[in-house]
Amino acid sequence: MVSSSLEELSITADVLIVGGGMAGAWAAVSAAQAGARVVLADKGYCGTSGVTAAAGPGHWWVPPDPPTARDAVVANRVAAGLGLGEAEWMYRILDQTWRTLPTLAPSYKFGVDDEGRVNYRAVRGPEYMRALRQHVLNHGVTILDHSPVIELLARADGSIGGARGQRRQDGGRAYRIEAGAVVLAAGGTSFLSHLLGSRTNTGDGYLMAAEAGAELSGMEFTAAYTIAPAHSTMTRSMAYAFATYSDADGNELDLPFGPDQTVRLARALQRGPVYCLLDRLPDDIKVRLHTISPNVPLVFDRWGVDPYRDRFEVTLHNDGTIRGIGGVRVHDLDCATSVPGLFVAGDNASREKVAGAISGGGNVNSAWALSSGTFAGRAAARVARGTKARLTELRPLGRAGLRPRGLPKAVDVASARDVVRAQMHPFDKNLFRTEKGLTESARVLEDLWREVANHGQDGSIALRETAALLATARWSVATAAARKESRGLHRREDYPARDPQLAGRLLSSGLDQVRVALDRPSASVRPDQLEAVS
Amino acid sequence: MIELIVAERCTDCGACIEVCPANVLDRGGDGLPILARVEDCQTCFMCELYCRADAIYVAPDCDRRVSVSREDVLASGRLGQYRKHSGWDEWAEQFPNEQWLMETVFRRAGEAAARPKAQQPDIAGRK
Ligand SMILES: Cc1cc2nc3c(=O)[nH]c(=O)nc-3n(C[C@H](O)[C@H](O)[C@H](O)COP(=O)(O)OP(=O)(O)OC[C@H]3O[C@@H](n4cnc5c(N)ncnc54)[C@H](O)[C@@H]3O)c2cc1C
Repeated sequence: MVSSSLEELSITADVLIVGGGMAGAWAAVSAAQAGARVVLADKGYCGTSGVTAAAGPGHWWVPPDPPTARDAVVANRVAAGLGLGEAEWMYRILDQTWRTLPTLAPSYKFGVDDEGRVNYRAVRGPEYMRALRQHVLNHGVTILDHSPVIELLARADGSIGGARGQRRQDGGRAYRIEAGAVVLAAGGTSFLSHLLGSRTNTGDGYLMAAEAGAELSGMEFTAAYTIAPAHSTMTRSMAYAFATYSDADGNELDLPFGPDQTVRLARALQRGPVYCLLDRLPDDIKVRLHTISPNVPLVFDRWGVDPYRDRFEVTLHNDGTIRGIGGVRVHDLDCATSVPGLFVAGDNASREKVAGAISGGGNVNSAWALSSGTFAGRAAARVARGTKARLTELRPLGRAGLRPRGLPKAVDVASARDVVRAQMHPFDKNLFRTEKGLTESARVLEDLWREVANHGQDGSIALRETAALLATARWSVATAAARKESRGLHRREDYPARDPQLAGRLLSSGLDQVRVALDRPSASVRPDQLEAVS
Repeated sequence: MIELIVAERCTDCGACIEVCPANVLDRGGDGLPILARVEDCQTCFMCELYCRADAIYVAPDCDRRVSVSREDVLASGRLGQYRKHSGWDEWAEQFPNEQWLMETVFRRAGEAAARPKAQQPDIAGRK
């Protein structure tokens, strides 16, 4: 890491947004619209970094007319969520998405379908994020690109009043932002799998929130996986809806399109390589694939593979909390956390309220990112107005990898990351979970945590990312061990059934000592209802 | 991973350095971008998309380096292909954004899967 001789850059703002993906960008716009001076800091470049830019999100989008249409989708989603979703939140994000998304029209050219109707719900990732950056700048927001936030700053009363980070394209120059309130929108994490666009998503927001004292929720739901051609990042699954699969000997595998496909594919991959053919993709789609999803055919084209005629090897990449749903617990309708002055949005926040126990991928995640960003930004602006005049000392909250408890010594970041990958990616550990496997993962991660927390001190971006990956893996493993049942994305080989006693959220917290507790059941979920849907 | 920047095409605008989410590139002594940290590349193709000069080639392989010849890449006609198919910049009018078709494909796949096998002409004869 380049150490800088330049003095720390000091900035003041009403609201600081950490992360400039979909959620952070919408949060910045909404805070600015509420009258706040806003600074947005992204680890990479706001417009290309985060999973939205490289992917291409479809939003949950149901017009308000007729009202029965929303009632129907919400009822379906509540049932699918296996007791953890909340109808009230689903209506809220449907409504917010409906009202907010079209406001991007001056910067983004929404697609027009074959009947000439504007389609708002499905957007192309790179254009959408380029337009969102423009939208953010049009609202007078200051963007700091390539400026990862390293730690939060707290006031004497424990409320959050800013953050510190590094400007990595400016010689690693340190910066410090004092703000009335902070929105964490630093995304989720795939534990450094090759999930498309997820490299900067190392769970930093989770670690920073926990260091401030916030709890996490739903961290057991990190067992989502997505298919991709082997050796590629192209985890865009549309074309696979019509795929046929075979084993190394050319025998066709029975992996029908549907909810069990991923699990069946994982079982097949445990036995040996799996090959795929996209031969059944309808011809009218084949000829338009390059304008539907331009990056998908790009991969095959460059390999000289015709995916409609040539078998190609496939793999599954872990989605972690990105298409899984864990994150910082959302405390109220404003997306506040339990820590005053700290808000969360997007994948940084737990999406159980809108996705329940299953993945929010496919459309709910985007509606959540947009809406939670909008709620959090607006509320942060309001809180900042009330704290403007307060001048107090700010205390840095960063610990692991920054301020060791013991004697500083060098930590091998590359091998530490491999340890996290080795616990969080293999199917036998994270998809087909058992008591034995989880106990072993916990032990390995515990040892490594002690090393990083006790000795890591260089405060580099890489070391803090490693601490965040590790902390997130520990919450995930501990929560999965506590949920002794199978529910949605969480699958226990030793507890294949659902347990009505566990039909609630599991909260996890703590750094050196991880704690897991069953949340009190939310008001909208009654035990008898849970029985009905399970 | 990003494997090649064709020097004679590069206009030294710095866009790739600025937009790379993983900070893979540095400005070299002569101003041209250099591949400083290829191992951090997340194979997202964003640098290609933002390169107006069509000078960058990203290999689809995300977990291994592949050797790429400048001559082959130039001859393949693949430089700038992603930008073109995305309707980016000057291609906006010629290549429409058809992302909205995705949901139709999923719906058709769901319908096909729900039909009894005998009625699926496209997969008749499969085991
Ligand atoms: C391939 C793929 C396809 C998908 N398709 C869909 C879909 O069709 N529909 C749907 O609803 N959802 C979909 N999703 C999920 C959806 O894209 C995400 O839920 C959504 O993008 C989350 O937005 P976000 O802003 O919270 O996170 P991100 O877009 O990941 O943004 C997080 C940002 O935070 C930044 N950051 C990280 N750490 C720091 C730090 N320390 N300091 C500063 N900045 C930091 C990152 O650089 C990044 O820019 C898909 C996901 C993938 C991977």
